[in-house]
Amino acid sequence: MKPKHKPSPETTGFFHQLFRSIFPYPLIPKSDQERKRYLLKNLILHFRPPTVPEKTLKFSLTWGLGGMAALLIILQFGTGLLLKFVYKPIPVAAYSSIQMLQNEVMFGYLIRNIHHWCANFLVLIVFLHMLRVFFTGAFHPPRQFSWIIGLGLFGLVLTANFTGYLLPYDQLAYWAVTVSTGMLEYIPVVGNRLQEIIQGGNEIGPATLSIFFAIHTAVVPVGLIILMAFHFWRIRKTGGLVIPRASGEDIEKKPVRVPTLPHLLLREVVVALVLIAVVMVVSVSFDTPLGDSANPGLSPNPTKAPWYFAGLQELLLHLHPLFAVFIIPLVLFVTLMGIPYLKYDTNTEGIWFASIKGRKMALIAGLIAIAAGPMGILADEYLIDFAAGLSGIPTFFGNGLIPFAFIFFGCAGFYILIKHRYSASNNETTQALFVFILVVFLILTVTGTWFRGPGMKLTWPF
Amino acid sequence: MSETKKQHKMNETEQMPSRRSFLFIFWVGLGIVAFIEFIGVVTAFLLPRKKKTKTGDFGTIIEAGKADKFSLNSVTAFIRGKFYLCRLEDGGFLAVSRKCTHLGCTVPWSDKEKKFVCPCHASAFDIRGEVISPPAPRALDVYHLYVENNIVKVDTGKRIKRSGFRTDQVVYAKKA
Repeated sequence: MKPKHKPSPETTGFFHQLFRSIFPYPLIPKSDQERKRYLLKNLILHFRPPTVPEKTLKFSLTWGLGGMAALLIILQFGTGLLLKFVYKPIPVAAYSSIQMLQNEVMFGYLIRNIHHWCANFLVLIVFLHMLRVFFTGAFHPPRQFSWIIGLGLFGLVLTANFTGYLLPYDQLAYWAVTVSTGMLEYIPVVGNRLQEIIQGGNEIGPATLSIFFAIHTAVVPVGLIILMAFHFWRIRKTGGLVIPRASGEDIEKKPVRVPTLPHLLLREVVVALVLIAVVMVVSVSFDTPLGDSANPGLSPNPTKAPWYFAGLQELLLHLHPLFAVFIIPLVLFVTLMGIPYLKYDTNTEGIWFASIKGRKMALIAGLIAIAAGPMGILADEYLIDFAAGLSGIPTFFGNGLIPFAFIFFGCAGFYILIKHRYSASNNETTQALFVFILVVFLILTVTGTWFRGPGMKLTWPF
Repeated sequence: MSETKKQHKMNETEQMPSRRSFLFIFWVGLGIVAFIEFIGVVTAFLLPRKKKTKTGDFGTIIEAGKADKFSLNSVTAFIRGKFYLCRLEDGGFLAVSRKCTHLGCTVPWSDKEKKFVCPCHASAFDIRGEVISPPAPRALDVYHLYVENNIVKVDTGKRIKRSGFRTDQVVYAKKA
């Protein structure tokens, strides 16, 4: 029985009153009208809009990626909270506390596995989410700043992964972080100081571990909560997701809307359950590796960065560190930040790959990159020995400025050529260049992860 | 009604602009000062602390051993001091840091090939710490080394960065 009017205190019992004070709305709403009200009154659900445009429910618009990222972050909060009860952030105890976690704590290994795999998925999912937003043109006004906040979130996720990497304090952790923080030294002017601040001294040690632990368990989570709230709020304020449309269709001004509950929430719950199932299967099947205890006197061969930094590491093998560590990442970062603020010929929001022509150009750019990337790597490895061939020139030029200029003018030439060849809009051309750089970066990552063996020489992965 | 209020306000500002604007600027200024202080405190808090052990203090000097003990053209590892004691062919000593100048990996000495080879990115250095093959941008750092009563001593508190090998970095035992 559902009371239609507010029950007067005299006619209901104490527990009924208590219940109503906590849940002042029917627990299971029956009509659309009730569901809308329910959404507004529920603490957890009220940040969703009461209705959403029907077309944005299409799975192939979002692939559920944003929701997946949010869920993974929640899983990380949960498992991280548990791990915090066992882990000891000092070098002499860190490694053994992980051993204890795995061998003595009930479900310890499972919790660590979930944390580990969610972290890896998170980088992947956030990256794919960013690609989805780019390729559906969802960065055009008024959604420009959501893209910037999204980049901030991506940065936080990478920071979380990187700082978490050191915590087990095994050989892999110690040397990967040594190499990664070693990169900071090449940032001009402030590099040395920055490295010292992050390491808490001249080398990885107790200070580094406490700094990384603090960043990992306090700075990043707080940052994530703030930026996520900001991100979601921006999505609401900019009218929700982009409405998908075919190339040539106009942007819909008054789309058909349906109640969020049940239409959107049901789909989100399905995606969430599938994702949780995948995470659980992976976490039960594949154990997180724990190497030997960290030994500052012995660098393992090869010492590799985690896979999400493998592209950067691959770049380091080819270019002067100043370019690999500072100039190229800086150029990429500024470019990514600038994407929503460029002046475009048209607003392509909601159209996958901007147009049919855009799709074709993106494909061609990808294919060229697949051909050019490995060729470049192989050529640098075996044919062009900059150190020997250009021995008269300092490595800053031979291994840095000259290849960088080559890459830069290569990209510029590519842009002009493909724009001219297809007489395309700058939306399509920018996208083609983005695809080109993206695929080259992916090739670098794949090479760094699977095709580098002892002494960082090229090998087959199997 | 609001218009009259506005009118009233405008009259007020016209009458005493100096006090209002002064107080406003004063508060904004105080806010900025407080913000700078806040940043300063946080930065000072987070900066790495100065090491208490200074050069020459107890604990940073490592006695490597008698000079004659080390054969010519040999490299001896000192794990506690994080350096290699290299004796060159002419009998001179050099205390070379084990930290690769590229990205900080520990370089092992290969006695067979007579060179340091970094396992991380394949940089190689000769016995003097000089770069044989990149990506390392400069020679391995050296520590301050001296010979007292024919005993080789290394001050691990004093790491010297260098771009390349120079003969004046080598220390000889013959004087004593």
